[in-house]
Amino acid sequence: MKLYQNSRMKNNKMNRTAQKKDGYVLQGISLFYTGFLIILPVLAITVKAFQGGGCNLWENITLPQASHALILTFAVAAIMVIINVITGTATAWVLVRYRFPLKNLMNSMIDLPFAIPTVVTGVMLVVLYGPKGLIGGFLEHNGMQIIFEKPAILLALLYVTFPFVVRSVQPVLLEMERDMEEAAKTLGATPSKIFFKIVMPTLTPAIITGAALSFSRAMGEFGSIAIVAGNIPFKTQVASVYIYGELESNNQQGALGVSVFLLLCSLFILILLNIIKNKKRTNEN
Amino acid sequence: MKIKSESKLNWFYSAGLTKKILIAVVLIWFCLLIVLPFFGIVKACFENGADKFFSALMVPEARHAFILTMIISIIAIAFNTVFGVILAIVLVRYRFRGTSFFEGLVDLPFAVSPVVAGFMLIILFGKDGWIGQFFEMHQIKIIYAFPGMVLATLFVTLPFVAREIIPVLKEFGIQQEEAAYILGASRWQTFWKVTLPSIKWGLVYGMTLTMARSIGEFGAVLVVSGNIIYKTQTSTLHIHQSFTDFNYAGALSGAIALAMISFLILTGMQFINERR
Repeated sequence: MKLYQNSRMKNNKMNRTAQKKDGYVLQGISLFYTGFLIILPVLAITVKAFQGGGCNLWENITLPQASHALILTFAVAAIMVIINVITGTATAWVLVRYRFPLKNLMNSMIDLPFAIPTVVTGVMLVVLYGPKGLIGGFLEHNGMQIIFEKPAILLALLYVTFPFVVRSVQPVLLEMERDMEEAAKTLGATPSKIFFKIVMPTLTPAIITGAALSFSRAMGEFGSIAIVAGNIPFKTQVASVYIYGELESNNQQGALGVSVFLLLCSLFILILLNIIKNKKRTNEN
Repeated sequence: MKIKSESKLNWFYSAGLTKKILIAVVLIWFCLLIVLPFFGIVKACFENGADKFFSALMVPEARHAFILTMIISIIAIAFNTVFGVILAIVLVRYRFRGTSFFEGLVDLPFAVSPVVAGFMLIILFGKDGWIGQFFEMHQIKIIYAFPGMVLATLFVTLPFVAREIIPVLKEFGIQQEEAAYILGASRWQTFWKVTLPSIKWGLVYGMTLTMARSIGEFGAVLVVSGNIIYKTQTSTLHIHQSFTDFNYAGALSGAIALAMISFLILTGMQFINERR
């Protein structure tokens, strides 16, 4: 018996050391892989950016063409987020609370923008909204042009970011208990009051998460905009297209400022998302 | 059954006015924004006849670009499967100081613009970069060549597999693995027979997402590839090039081929989701 126990203890100990050793190997592999692909590239761009001094970087960003591209990007992204928050929440609401024909099909097609390559999105939008397109032709007739103008950027962003808000609000709505709403109803609250006082507070973190995800995607979106917007400096050139243009004309220094600015914004959004996640976790506990 | 058919018929009559309006608005918005462009492109493509579509698809440049896309996609799936599983296991099972920082790092490729990602890779792996210098000495070209395109695809697809597996691993716990140990299974056996089956569908889903993204990746690959026809041009780059060269037939046929593939991938994702 004692012998058995002894050998078992020994076995356990061996197992544990083996496990620790495996752990170190696996940790080493992951650190190497992410270090190679993520940490080192970020470090490299940071070092390169501050080699010329911060002033240089600021000058890069404040060049008229660069700052115009940045302002355009952020303005269109902001409009997109407002529209997306409303339509996304409404879509999630309809999908969770109501029954109607083709609901399942619609639910499975929500992710289509994630699956379709952004370049293909661009081509699709040009086909439909271009001067010869079904909708574009009609609008052209009434003196409105979408493709190669600013509305095209908004349209492309709305398309590629559509699933974010829907997919982050939907699970929260599914899990939500309805007794609070019913209680409010029996106490005589109007539907709008129920919505803003009871439903909204529960949904807000999910809506913010979806909005932040769509904003970060919009900031960096390239493929669809490159096709749809025409990319005219001071008119329809967004930040990512500006960076690409600078790289094409072999001006890495010029691309640095805007790139670092976008990178910082992405980091900021990541941190914000993590804070929301942690808050949710502590709330659950 | 009767109840079901009745409710199907009655959805309209039983609904309140706000409900009806809300459903209508959402459906119209969804159709205009998401569904209509998809059908628009299908219609535009076959307007000129199917043979024109196929002949544009079979141009040697297009074929070459498609093969290159597939090769890169397969490499990306292979790398992500191995490293994604390892990353997820480390992040869930072997927590260390700084794990949460590490977890945030894994999400970074989701947040970074693909063009900026490509630019970062150029700085690091280019001729004067820290790592690029070393390879340059050995006459291996990374940027504006195939390895750079693979690196760019690996960067943008890094989170997919790990992100899908992490929640599954967390929920699965370690009890069954411990039971396998006690019953005398080796660590490999435990992984193959206990851990892997439990994360199977998460892994497959992550691989599907990786495939969709690697086929569709444009910005990062464009920046690092140099876009050389027959050499470093993938399908998305070919579509873009055709479009900017006013070769609309080429752009359309390529776009519709990729759209069909993404549609298939989406259907596959739905299938996997039902299994999970």
